[in-house]
Amino acid sequence: MRAAARLVARTDGRGRTVLAELRGEPPLLLRQVPGRDGGVTVYVVGGAAGPLAGDDLRLDVEVGRGAVVRVHTVAASVALPGRPGAVSRMRVRASVAEGASLHWLPEQLVAATGCAHLADSRVMVADGGTLLWRDELICGRYGEQPGDVVVRTTVDHAGRPLLRQSLAVGPDVPGWSGPAVLGGAPATGSLLLLDPARPAAPPEVDLGGPVAGTASRERPGAVARLPLAGDAATLWTATAPDADTLRQHLTPRLPGPVPAPT
Amino acid sequence: MRPETAHDESVPHTHPEPGVDPHAPLPPAARALRVGIGGPVGSGKTALVAALCRAFADELRLGVVTNDIYTTEDADFLRRAGVLDPARIRAVETGCCPHTAIRDDIGANLDAVDDLADTVGPLDLVLVESGGDNLTATFSRGLVDRQIFVVDVAGGDKVPRKGGPGVTAADLLVVNKTDLAPMVGADLSVMDRDARARRGDLPTVFLSITQDPLAHRVAEWIRHELAHHRTAVAAAPPAALPPSVAVPTGSA
Amino acid sequence: MPTSSMLLLLADGRFPAGAHAHSGGLEAAVAAGRVTDLGTLGEFLRGRLATAGLVGAAFAAAAHRAVPTADRAAELGRLDAELDARTAAPALRTVSRRQGRALLRAGRAIWPYAPFGDLPGGAAGPHQPLVFGLLAAAAGLSRTETALAAAHGTVTGAASAGVRLLGLDPYHVQALLIALAGACDTTAADAARAADGPPEELPAAAAPLADIHAEAHVTWEVRLFAS
Ligand SMILES: Nc1nc2c(ncn2[C@@H]2O[C@H](COP(=O)(O)OP(=O)(O)OP(=O)(O)O)[C@@H](O)[C@H]2O)c(=O)[nH]1
Ligand SMILES: [Mg+2]
Repeated sequence: MRAAARLVARTDGRGRTVLAELRGEPPLLLRQVPGRDGGVTVYVVGGAAGPLAGDDLRLDVEVGRGAVVRVHTVAASVALPGRPGAVSRMRVRASVAEGASLHWLPEQLVAATGCAHLADSRVMVADGGTLLWRDELICGRYGEQPGDVVVRTTVDHAGRPLLRQSLAVGPDVPGWSGPAVLGGAPATGSLLLLDPARPAAPPEVDLGGPVAGTASRERPGAVARLPLAGDAATLWTATAPDADTLRQHLTPRLPGPVPAPT
Repeated sequence: MRPETAHDESVPHTHPEPGVDPHAPLPPAARALRVGIGGPVGSGKTALVAALCRAFADELRLGVVTNDIYTTEDADFLRRAGVLDPARIRAVETGCCPHTAIRDDIGANLDAVDDLADTVGPLDLVLVESGGDNLTATFSRGLVDRQIFVVDVAGGDKVPRKGGPGVTAADLLVVNKTDLAPMVGADLSVMDRDARARRGDLPTVFLSITQDPLAHRVAEWIRHELAHHRTAVAAAPPAALPPSVAVPTGSA
Repeated sequence: MPTSSMLLLLADGRFPAGAHAHSGGLEAAVAAGRVTDLGTLGEFLRGRLATAGLVGAAFAAAAHRAVPTADRAAELGRLDAELDARTAAPALRTVSRRQGRALLRAGRAIWPYAPFGDLPGGAAGPHQPLVFGLLAAAAGLSRTETALAAAHGTVTGAASAGVRLLGLDPYHVQALLIALAGACDTTAADAARAADGPPEELPAAAAPLADIHAEAHVTWEVRLFAS
């Protein structure tokens, strides 16, 4: 199935965000809900389960000067196998203008056994724009091995590369669950915060791993806070035993006005 | 047995240079004299570095690079020795290969020396302490100008006889902890004889840092080597780049 | 021009560029209890090759490709920014630049006429893969050979650190590397091919634990390895 959706936000004369365009098609439908403080909140309402291999989905988001947009999904999306040899794709293309803000806070992507999925996001943030961007990946439904998934995130800031990362898991990916990449953790993700009002936070790390003196217990997951090159943005990157722990790791504790990540 | 005077009263120098004032002003182009301090584990390398820091406190602009497994205790030790600002100490990790870092692959040590000069300004003397290793470890001439090899009497009086490049070729051999000789039954005259046999004209100093916390004779030797280094640097322009072994670029 | 001997020289762990002091994240992975034996070391090396190995090899190949171009300095500048964006952990950016500085020292001494002056990075040093690309070009290696030597270095350094840190049987560790040789060739071929594309499309394979381990490692009071 192919589907495209598009969201364009602008400000009205009084500084409130309005949606100049909001359209989608099954299984990629967009719904606006009442927003806070002049911004708009939009939910991506998935159709049935999916994406199925073979699906090709694309969402364009344009946040104009001064506009404030939050995007959520109503539920986790589960990448499922489809026609043999087919790949499912979810492409997001977003732009954030000066003085604009985009919070992209979807639920998890779950890689079911046998799936072949590419989640490819490209975001351009102008100088003076704000971005909060979360990617969460669960490797397999409960107790299951994942199929092949690539989560690729490309962010430019003021015309320069800010973040390029492409996380690959699955049976075709060498070493993905080993100690150099995920260390056996079934959940992983990252949260990027780029906010002109807030310089990058200094590095901090919680390594997780076996708890000293206990044979079986593991501290749940590992997380690091990473100031990106240029000191304009911070990335949290984490591994975790489950989706809830991952979400905790990717809910930043920061001084000052906290971007609401839920 | 007169270990402290086993050699001449004044330590013989590798490069005698009479008539040179060791306190002459630094020639503008001079770079610091780099002195490597090597030797087996626990022989007193760090203690010697501390002694030299004390000895040169008001005299020379000093930096230290340590390849020792570096702990805050080490830094504290040098700080407590009262003479070295922690900003003048750089630590180099050696990946469990202390001899590689000072002999075969010296880039990290050279970077540390450069970093010191960049952050604290021009230096007169840089001491490079190797990680404790065995008798075969020596410094590359690409890293240091002179090297001191420190052994101690506690290892037994056979050490100089064993030889090895450290004992035979170091510019100065220091036999440390002479205060312990009676306790461990080490015969200093045997060590002196063996050192002469192994080292020919190269100097050896018997030392007890416990009794001589300024390591006078080692400091005196360094002063002399520094004076020689300065005249040598002033006389000779920096070495040209080594010849290229390959083509200009653009190959594909 | 026959380059086999040159390739062997540049791929040799004894090439004086400081490799002996780096464990490629293994020291921290061992300390975290995640690498304990031959099996977990093998998995570590496989994952490292597919992530840092691929990215490093692709950037070395891309820098090699930039050498004969007219706007070499600008191209290297783009690669520098792209590699920064692929290196989220500040500790790993520092390590890459430190290793680049060490490699540059060797490169300048051996190939004084290579265009190392066009490398970006300032006092922090240029990223290691970029220096490697220039050095390999000066040595006359092909782009694929450049990627191969770079990929090879990312696994052999960590493997040798494994021997030193875990006291593993060196024959068994060598057998691991032999078993990885095919993957190393494939990775290098992929990297060299990727270097044909624009810098923003170069591989960006991420490894969350590599970032996390690296940030833990720099906080240690006592380290045997620089990374
Ligand atoms: N009795 C006695 N002890 C000494 C003397 N010099 C050093 N020591 C002691 O010997 C021990 C080792 O000295 P260090 O200076 O740490 O030796 P090192 O060669 O730097 O050791 P590594 O760096 O671990 O190889 C310390 O406890 C010193 O106090 C000495 O002249 N006499
Ligand atoms: Mg010491």
